[in-house]
Amino acid sequence: MKAPDFNYQRPASLSAALQLLHDNDQDAQLLAGGQSLMPMLHLRIAQPDMLIDLNRIDELATIDAGDAHIEIGSMVRYAQLEASEQIKTCLPLICSALPHIAHSAIRNRGTIGGSAALADPAAEMPALLIASNASINLVSTKASRVVSADDFFTGLYETALQPGEIIKSISIPKPGNNSVFGFYEITRRHGDYAMAGVAISAQQQSPLHKMRVVFFGVAEKPLRAHNCEQALENGTANDSGAIDLAIKSLEQLPLMGDQHTGVDSKRHLAGVALKRALQELH
Amino acid sequence: MANKNAPLHLFDRPNSYIGQSVPRPEAHNLLAGRGQYVDDLQLPRMLHAAFLRSPYAHADILTIDTTAAADSAGVVAVYSGADFADQVTPWVGELTHLTGLRSPPQMPLAIDTATWQGEPVAMVVASSRALAEDACALIDVQYQPREAVCDPVAALLPESPVIHSEYKNNLAWERDVTAGDVEPAFADPANTVVEQVLRFGRHTGVTLEPRSSVVEFNPAEQTLTYHYSGQAPHMMQAVLAKHMQLPEENIRIIARDVGGSFGIKIHTYGDDIATALAARLLARPVKFIADRLESFASDIHARDHHIKARLAVTSDGTIAALQMYDYTGIGPYSMYPRTSAIECNQILNLTGAPYKIENYHANGKVVFQNKNMMCQYRAVGHPVAMAVADSLLEQAAREIKMDVVEIRRRNLIEDNAYPVVSATGMKFADLSHQQALERLVELMQYEKLRKQQSTANENSIRTGIGLVSMVEVTNPSPMFYGIGGAPISAQDGATVRMDAAGALHVSCSITEQGQGTNTIIAQVAAGVFGVDIKRVKVTTGDTATTPYGGGTWASRGAGIGGEAVLLAADALKQQVLEVAAIVLQSNADSLDISQGNVIDKSDSAQRMSLDELGKLVYYRGSELPAEVQPEFVATRHFRVSDFPFVFTNGAMAAQVEVDTDTGIVKVLDFWVVEDCGRVINPKLVDEQIRGGVVQGIGGALFEECLYSDDGQLLNATMADYLVPMAGEMPDIHIAHIETPTSTSTLGAKGAGEAGTGGAPAAILNAINDALAPLGASIHTMPATPERILQALGEVPT
Repeated sequence: MKAPDFNYQRPASLSAALQLLHDNDQDAQLLAGGQSLMPMLHLRIAQPDMLIDLNRIDELATIDAGDAHIEIGSMVRYAQLEASEQIKTCLPLICSALPHIAHSAIRNRGTIGGSAALADPAAEMPALLIASNASINLVSTKASRVVSADDFFTGLYETALQPGEIIKSISIPKPGNNSVFGFYEITRRHGDYAMAGVAISAQQQSPLHKMRVVFFGVAEKPLRAHNCEQALENGTANDSGAIDLAIKSLEQLPLMGDQHTGVDSKRHLAGVALKRALQELH
Repeated sequence: MANKNAPLHLFDRPNSYIGQSVPRPEAHNLLAGRGQYVDDLQLPRMLHAAFLRSPYAHADILTIDTTAAADSAGVVAVYSGADFADQVTPWVGELTHLTGLRSPPQMPLAIDTATWQGEPVAMVVASSRALAEDACALIDVQYQPREAVCDPVAALLPESPVIHSEYKNNLAWERDVTAGDVEPAFADPANTVVEQVLRFGRHTGVTLEPRSSVVEFNPAEQTLTYHYSGQAPHMMQAVLAKHMQLPEENIRIIARDVGGSFGIKIHTYGDDIATALAARLLARPVKFIADRLESFASDIHARDHHIKARLAVTSDGTIAALQMYDYTGIGPYSMYPRTSAIECNQILNLTGAPYKIENYHANGKVVFQNKNMMCQYRAVGHPVAMAVADSLLEQAAREIKMDVVEIRRRNLIEDNAYPVVSATGMKFADLSHQQALERLVELMQYEKLRKQQSTANENSIRTGIGLVSMVEVTNPSPMFYGIGGAPISAQDGATVRMDAAGALHVSCSITEQGQGTNTIIAQVAAGVFGVDIKRVKVTTGDTATTPYGGGTWASRGAGIGGEAVLLAADALKQQVLEVAAIVLQSNADSLDISQGNVIDKSDSAQRMSLDELGKLVYYRGSELPAEVQPEFVATRHFRVSDFPFVFTNGAMAAQVEVDTDTGIVKVLDFWVVEDCGRVINPKLVDEQIRGGVVQGIGGALFEECLYSDDGQLLNATMADYLVPMAGEMPDIHIAHIETPTSTSTLGAKGAGEAGTGGAPAAILNAINDALAPLGASIHTMPATPERILQALGEVPT
C-alpha cells in the first residue's frame, strides 16, 4: 500500500521541531527512525496530516557521559549505541541486549527515542529503560520535565508524552561497581519480537539487592514484576527455592497472549526467560 | 548411463556443458540491478489499479456507492462486479478427469456475495496507485455479514451453513482409493497398529516479486499485451482469450524477469483479470502490483489438511496396511484452470509411494470454506503425503523397537523391481530408493550420529534424528491437466537458429523465474551444437516469439523443455554440417562442430569457423549450388508419452535440537540424497534442493496463515508471517544418484520440489525422535514452540 498524502517538514533544530509540533499538534506525527511509523503509514494505520522528520536534528543524536549518568539523545540510533565505547563500558545491560533488537538494517535506522515513544509492548528498549532506572527527558515549547521510565510506559502503545512534547533525551544512571545484569529473550527467529523476554538489574549479586525485573513481550506494556523482585531479594541467583517463588509470582501478573503464543505459554516462557536470565547474571 | 555403447556420447563431447556448474549469465544482470520486472515498466498514459477487498469472510453485498470515489483526485474509473458482467465470461475451476469435482462460476470482482476476506469487491483505476488507494477508501459498501464456514471438517456437518446455495453441502470433490483390503491387517492382533491425527496449516509462497500485471489494449488492432510475472504464458493467453472473448492470436503474454513464483503465479486471479478488462475498457495501459498485504490475503494458499491415518506393521516391520482420511479446505471456489483438488489427489496418490504396500485405503474430501483460495504451491501434496507415511512408519518402528533405517530397508521398493505400479496406480520407473537410503546413511554418518545422540541430551535440550524416503512427481504428461480440459500444454518447444556470426539463438516455451532455466537451455544448446555457451542467446517468456508450450511448473522445465532444446540443437547441427559438407566438399557424417568450428570428426582438425560459414550462407549465397537453400533454424517439441509422470526419488534426514523448556526447535543439520536423473548443472540443482529444503523447513516450523474463527486472516505482514531466515537454517548437505529417465535422451527429471516435499517429514520425525523419550509427540505443522510445549504438557492446550 501507499501512504496517503501528508505534509512533510524536516526541521534542523529541536526548537524548530517543537514550534512545528506546537502549531500542528493535533495533526502532526514525529518521524524518528521510521522502522515502525513508515510501515504504519503505508498500511494507512497512521494517517497524520503532517510528518515532522527529526532525522536532521543533530543535537538529538549525541551520547554524553556525565559523572552519574549517561545521557542519550532521542535520535541516537541502535547502531550508534552498539558502536559507542561509553555504552560498552558504562551500560552493560543495554550493550548485551542490543544485538537482540531486530536486525542490523533496522538497528541502522531505529532510534532509542522512537522506540520509547512508540511503546511497543514487545520491544526490548522500553523494558531495558525501566530495568536501567532510566529517566525520559521531555521538552515542549513551554517547559521541560523528567519522567521516570517506571512511569513513562502507561499502556499498549501509550506513554506519558503530552501533546506538544518531544523526547529530548534519555538519562541512564551509571550502575555501581557491584551491579549485575541479566537479559534473556525467547524468539523463534533471530531478531524477531520476543515471545517472552526479561531484563534484570540488581545493585549487588550476593545477596541480590535492589532488583529490577522487567518483562516484555508478555503484556500490554513492559511489566516490572515487584513480587518477583521481592521473592529474589536477599537471595542468590541460583537459589532454586527463591526462583520457584519468583516464577510462581508470575501467576499474578496481568499477561496477554498474541496470535502466535497464548497467555499460558507466555507465562510459562516468562518463567523460563527469568530462570535463564538469572543463570547468566553478570 | 543411457546409450552405453555409443562411441562418444552426446554428453561426453569435449565442449559439452552438461553436468557442469556453469555460472548463470542472467545472475550478473540481476545483481547489477538491470533486471526487468513488471513494475519496472513505465508506459505512456499508464494508469494504476487498486482494489477494495471484502473485510468479511462471508457477507452479502447490499449496495456499493462509488460516487465519492469517482470524484476523487486522479481517478479515471471505478468498477464494481456488475460493471464487468458483460465484459468477461465466468470461469469454472473444474477438470473432467477429476470426476465429480464441482465449483461455481467465478467473476473478477464479487457480485452479490463476498466469500472470503480479501476477495476483490471494487476496483479503482487512477493516475497513481496512491490516489487509487485514496479513492478505494471512499467507496461505500453496505454488507450484511453471514456466518463464515471455516473448518473443513465442520463444514461438512449437516448443521453447517452452505456457502453456495446451488449446492446442498460444502463438498467440492471426494475421491476414494482402495487397493487390497486393509481391514484384516488392522484386525490382526499380531500386527502393530499406529494411528495419528495430523494437521497441516496453511502457508503461501511469499515471492520476492509480488503478482504483477501491466496490460495494454490496442482497440484498432483488437490486440492485448499482458506483461506478466508468471510461469505459464501460453496458458494465460488461452485463459484471457477464452474469457475476454478475443482471438488467442491477438493476445501476447510477455514474462520478462520473474522474482520467484513457486506455483503462486499460474492461476487465474480476479484482480489480474479485472486489470485486463480495465485496460480494454479504457484503452490505456493499466498496472496492478499486489502489495505484500494483498499478497498474503489473495495469493493462493496451500496445504490446510486435517488427516486421520493409521498404519499396520507385522512384527518384522513389514507394512501390512495403510489407511487415511483427508479433509482439505480450499476456500470458496476451486481455482481456475488447475483446480484446487490436485493437492488432495496427489496426497491420495503419493502417500506411502516409496514402499511396497498391498493394502491401501485413502479417502479425500475437498471442502469449500470462507477463506482465501487454496491451490498448487511448490511440491503440491508431497509434504503432506510424505509426512503422513513416514511419521507413521517411524512411530511404528519405535513401537516394535526397530531402527528407522532398518524398517525402511524392509519396505522400500527394490531398485531392480522397476517398472512398478503402486497400490494407487502410479507407474514408477528408473527409481533408486534403496541406493538413496544407503547413500544417505553414509553421508550423514548415521550410526555415529545415533551413538552421539544418546549422550547429547542435557538439561532441557533433546536431540532427534528423522528421515524420509520420498518420491517427487516431475515432467508431467498431458494426463496431468490437458486430458481434463485445461488449456495447459504438457509439451514444450524450442527453436534454435544460427546467425551470420555463428552464434545461436534459442527461443523456448519454458520460463525463467529465478531458478536458472535460461542457463540450462544455453548449456544444452551449446553442448549439443558445439559452441561456447557465451555465443548462445536465450529467449523465454513471450508468446509472440517462442514456440507453444507449457512453461515452468511441476519440475518440468529442464526435463521437457531441455529435451526440446536438445532435439532442436541436434537437428540444427545436422543442417549446418550438411551445408558445411557441400562447402568443404566433404561428407556431413565425417564432420562435427566443436567450439564454434566445423571440424573433421576423425582428427578434430579445424575446417572452417561457423562465423565463416554463416557469412558465406547469408552474404555470399551465390557461392552455394543453386539448389541449396540453407535454413539454419530448427524447431523441435517434446512431451512425455510413455508415463503420466516421470517420478524422481530421494532420501533426506534432519538432526534437530528441541528445547523442551521453550518449545523451540533448532535444525542442526540436514542431508539430502536426490536422484533427479541426469544433472545438467550441479550448482543449480543443489540450489533448487537447498531452496526447497528451506521452504520445507518453513512449512514444518514457521510458516502459517493464521485465521480467526470467523475467517479473518490475522498475519498478513512479514513481521507476523514467519518465513525461514538464513540465521535459523542448517547446512544442507547434498549428494546425487543419477538414474537418467529412459523417456528422453537428455535423461533429466525434475528437481525443483524435492526439498519442499521431503523436508517437513524429516523435521517432524526428528522432533518426534527427540520427544519420544519424554512420552510426547507432535503431528501438527508448523511445529510451533507453543504446540510443542502443549505436546509436552508444559502448558494447557
